[in-house]
Amino acid sequence: MTPPIKSPYDSAHPYPGKLIVVEGIDGSGKSTQLSLLRKWLESQGYNVFFTEWNSSALVKETTKRGKKTKVLTPLTFSLLHATDFANRLYHQILPPLKAGMIVLADRYMYTAFARDAVRGISHSWVRRLYSFAIKPDIAFYFRVPIEVSLSRLLEGTRAELKYYEAGMDLGLSTNIVESFKIFQSRVLGEYDKIVEEFGLTVMDATLEIDEQQEQVRDIVTKALDTYKPKRGTHAKREKLFWRRFGIPESEGTQGETDRH
Amino acid sequence: MAYLSLKGLKGKLIAIEGPDGVGRSTHIESLQEWLEVQGYGVLTTGWTRSELMSKTIASAKQGNILDPWSYSLLYATDFADRLEHQIIPALRSGFIVLADRYIYTAFVRNVVRGCDRQWIHDVFGFAIVPDLVCYLRIDVDTLALRVIESKGMNYWESGMDMRLGGDLYDSFKKYQGLIIEEFDKVAEEFGFQVVDARRPPDEIQEALRARILPILKEGRSKRESKAVEKAAEKAAEKLAEKVAEKAPEKASDKPVEKAAEKAADKPTESAPAKEKEPATTG
Repeated sequence: MTPPIKSPYDSAHPYPGKLIVVEGIDGSGKSTQLSLLRKWLESQGYNVFFTEWNSSALVKETTKRGKKTKVLTPLTFSLLHATDFANRLYHQILPPLKAGMIVLADRYMYTAFARDAVRGISHSWVRRLYSFAIKPDIAFYFRVPIEVSLSRLLEGTRAELKYYEAGMDLGLSTNIVESFKIFQSRVLGEYDKIVEEFGLTVMDATLEIDEQQEQVRDIVTKALDTYKPKRGTHAKREKLFWRRFGIPESEGTQGETDRH
Repeated sequence: MAYLSLKGLKGKLIAIEGPDGVGRSTHIESLQEWLEVQGYGVLTTGWTRSELMSKTIASAKQGNILDPWSYSLLYATDFADRLEHQIIPALRSGFIVLADRYIYTAFVRNVVRGCDRQWIHDVFGFAIVPDLVCYLRIDVDTLALRVIESKGMNYWESGMDMRLGGDLYDSFKKYQGLIIEEFDKVAEEFGFQVVDARRPPDEIQEALRARILPILKEGRSKRESKAVEKAAEKAAEKLAEKVAEKAPEKASDKPVEKAAEKAADKPTESAPAKEKEPATTG
């Protein structure tokens, strides 16, 4: 009905930095992998910026309140997440990319594409909604069967399923575990389509953590082949600077914390 | 939107658009009074007044954390919340909904702030088209005087975020000038009914009523011919609703809907009787 989306989705962004995102259902282990990647990149001397889905100060409280009182409809759910994303893109993702840093994002717009579709939101509408976004340099998708993610969530650190995470708002089942299974398997189905549409890099998330991380680092190394961090984007440089002036390191780090 | 059922919206949706300070709210109050005296159920809904978002938007405007995208999206979320929790339920129960500003305000403001025109239209693609849009049209000089006389100029209404002028007054003139220019374009594109808002308030009110009246008549005659059908339709709808909408909307909108239904019964029963026409409900 409307002209085709003039898509930012197929062309690479023009900025000197690199944007690496992870996707996957809850319990796929994507956050673990991303934090290991971050550790490694930092140890290599890169300056890394990390940002997370639904974390902007602007709407975080509203989403929380909306979820708690269960007044969120599929539409407002979708729009709130888009607002959060827009705010983080503008304030957190674009500046470091322009400055030539590496930005790591735990979940990206593909999460919205998958979840909103399951909640009955139109595919094309949600893609147009996010058309201001930029294409990541690498988008990892951690593919995992429902049973594995479920057991990780129930036996792991959280030991509890959340209402919207289990898709309880869709009334699929009164049993939260059942609902989680139905909802997340639909999300998996959507992710499979998205992987093809946007060419995400699929990872086998049933492998051991270190095996997965090795593959992740290999892929990132290749992608960083052409990447030249600007002088001054090395995290360690600060210390060298202070040493040159013969100032004790404690004072140097003091200055560092002051500036934050 | 696929999951939103728009069937059986018997009410009428009337939007009043126009720049900040043109007098929309005052006129809407009078219109509500006028319609209620005639026996119509009326629901007024205003920009940023949703339960979900009003606080968020207010606090966002306090700080310097708004970028053009999230600015638009905050308003879109507010609108979506009101659409699903107020406007649609009210229309379904036969209310006349008076909207103080509608999606066109978002179109205008966002284009002025440099957002992509197509994008903002796409974002609001889920909205329902009003039965009537009245545009209170004014020139920027008259508007400036009126605003200074009433509540004074403020930061956002002067577009100070866009640094268009050195002080509040200059910025207001430039910003509202752009807004009016864009409103004029949108008015033509979407076929607004233009009302000259430079005239005295009672003349404006009269002009608004003259434009609303035909819309009401249209609705009523339709309703009469479909009196029986309507009852059956309503029953079927309720059933369908129960099945289809069990999931997303729960606790919060039920009371509103019920209250709306209760109140709606009154006007539909009494209004035709007043005009000495056969009562539809027998």
